[in-house]
Amino acid sequence: MPTIAAVEAGSFVVKTGFLNDVPYFALGDGRVAFVDGAQTDIQAHKSGLLAATELLDGSALVTSGDDGLIQKVSGDGAVETLSERPRKWIDILACGPSGAVAFASGRTAWVRLSNGEEKEFAQDRAVGGLSFAPKGMRLAVSHYDGSTLLWVNTSGTPQKLEWKGAHLGVCFSPDGKYLVTAMQENALHGWRLTDAQDMRMTGYPTKVKSWSWSVKGRYLATSGANAAICWPFFGKTGPMGQNPLQLGTRGDSLVSCVACHPKEDVLAIGYQDGMVMMCRFEDNAEVLLRRPGRSPISALAWDKDGLRVSFGAEDGEAGIISLQ
Amino acid sequence: MPDAQDTAANQIPVTVLTGYLGSGKTTLLNRILTENHGQKYAVIVNEFGEVGIDNDLLVESDEEIFEMNNGCICCTVRGDLIRTVQNLMKRRGAFDAIIVETTGVADPAPVAQTFFMDDDVRSAARLDAVVAVVDARHVLQRLEDTAEAEEQIAFADVILLNKTDLVTAEELATVEARIRKINPYAVRHKTERCAIDLKAVLDRGAFDLDRILSLDPHFLQHGHHEDECGPDCDHEHHHHAHHDHSHAHDHECGPNCDHDHHHHEDENPHSVKSISLRAGDLNPDLFFPWINQVTQVQGPNILRLKGIIAFKDDPERYVIQGVHMIVEGDHQRDWKADEPRESRLVFIGRDLNWDVLKQSFQACAVQQD
Repeated sequence: MPTIAAVEAGSFVVKTGFLNDVPYFALGDGRVAFVDGAQTDIQAHKSGLLAATELLDGSALVTSGDDGLIQKVSGDGAVETLSERPRKWIDILACGPSGAVAFASGRTAWVRLSNGEEKEFAQDRAVGGLSFAPKGMRLAVSHYDGSTLLWVNTSGTPQKLEWKGAHLGVCFSPDGKYLVTAMQENALHGWRLTDAQDMRMTGYPTKVKSWSWSVKGRYLATSGANAAICWPFFGKTGPMGQNPLQLGTRGDSLVSCVACHPKEDVLAIGYQDGMVMMCRFEDNAEVLLRRPGRSPISALAWDKDGLRVSFGAEDGEAGIISLQ
Repeated sequence: MPDAQDTAANQIPVTVLTGYLGSGKTTLLNRILTENHGQKYAVIVNEFGEVGIDNDLLVESDEEIFEMNNGCICCTVRGDLIRTVQNLMKRRGAFDAIIVETTGVADPAPVAQTFFMDDDVRSAARLDAVVAVVDARHVLQRLEDTAEAEEQIAFADVILLNKTDLVTAEELATVEARIRKINPYAVRHKTERCAIDLKAVLDRGAFDLDRILSLDPHFLQHGHHEDECGPDCDHEHHHHAHHDHSHAHDHECGPNCDHDHHHHEDENPHSVKSISLRAGDLNPDLFFPWINQVTQVQGPNILRLKGIIAFKDDPERYVIQGVHMIVEGDHQRDWKADEPRESRLVFIGRDLNWDVLKQSFQACAVQQD
């Protein structure tokens, strides 16, 4: 039976996860709370924390805020300032190979390399999202009317991928073959990078704000509907012409957050009403992990062994669910 | 719907400030931020510039217009606002209200539409009012030179006619008449250095269907003068009587008003005008297709619309409001016994065929026999 250890986060949970097996909660009021038995609060930002993501090697959390700081928060609570853009709200972050960190504000994206060197990439339109390709120092920037692929360390010509409309979040498939964006108009857009073939993934009643790749990148699980919509990305044509899996369907609430299990074809699903469920891809078998709470689930993560799920909600409710 | 009411209670009110460079917009913003009213504001500005306030909830936001992929040419939203509001929601509790300052040349429509068209923004925040600060000395020139100045006035729920100390009484009367001509339904205040009781600017509920009429109990009752003569004068009296207690009745219905009226009408046939339509009980099966068709076809030219409708055999008043092609309506309350059941609809827009609108609106009426 799953057991829940409640955590008093006390502020909007922007991101949760595990650093060195210790659960953390990055919070809207600027704190990062580590819960290793007792709770330790680190004030990473003076006021608001807007985005957080882990370094690819899992050694630290990178956060950004409305104080213009990009902070590296280690599991031992040490905070190191990686970069600063005074008076800018930094609300978009991505971590890449070799310790690279990308961040954006307005129409500018920057990449900070692990040696401290910074590169600036001015865009014509506001940056909607950032994502590093799984291999090579290549950065995708999504924006109005498409995405741009940049080479960070070489002066190669940026590749433009066009599709009308506002592209918000962006991610690469783990095999690097596809680029997917979440759009303002309740849809995903994708490009097959070998030939820039467009893919439309539509039918959502709301915007897609959370997504997660399943083991080996076979499925992209997404929020935004009354079930977790999981698009198949195996085979030569990816999701084109295929129907997505629909997991954890409910009649009375929408999916607000998803996180794929690190080893199995299993999905943790968070809902608008605060419920958390676990669902198996193969047969849609469901296990209730948390009853509905006061507000939408805003963050969800598995530990590396897939034995614990940490979750957080918009009003600051949070917890750690142990499956054993 | 109790759910909808719960949502409304949790929605953060948003005030939009418009006005040309030099109109005094920043003065008003600084006043709002420094006065001791016990409220904490998150402020979204287009540039930090002269806002001399150290406020950790002050954010600079580059205007980023998104066209929606829904085939509607006027359905534009501010992408930067969507993002900023979502970011602010991570710090809910740190502020009570949001103020959006637009650039001097901004079209207010995308700002307003953002609060109706984006689901996330709509659930988190509600548009309270659009406040236009107008420079009494330069506004006539602005109106000649630009379309934005006119749209800002047309779009406003509250207009601060500022810098009145820099013009003569006659000039002021001319300016007022011109503003009334564009938008007789906004509440107007004459100010120097934006000195005004902030209650007149904040928490107006101008987009709140329940409060549409309480803002100006006369706007729907005296509109029948509108399509005849001296419409603006008529409204001005009521505004003065009900909203401008502190100010003298310094503009009587006189030659100024009339001259101005005709003068400008001849000069610029594309300028923004308002019209008030009136009928008795309407047939909903005729009215809804009609209003949908009007807003679909003429949406780009309709800046604002507001109305109260009496439907046949319906004991409740139906209130409606719109911005370009976006229209929303709901039942409000029962008609009172002493209240004449009357359908009234007000449009503010440009290049609209008023005669056709009037006839087609009246064709929605239930035939009396």
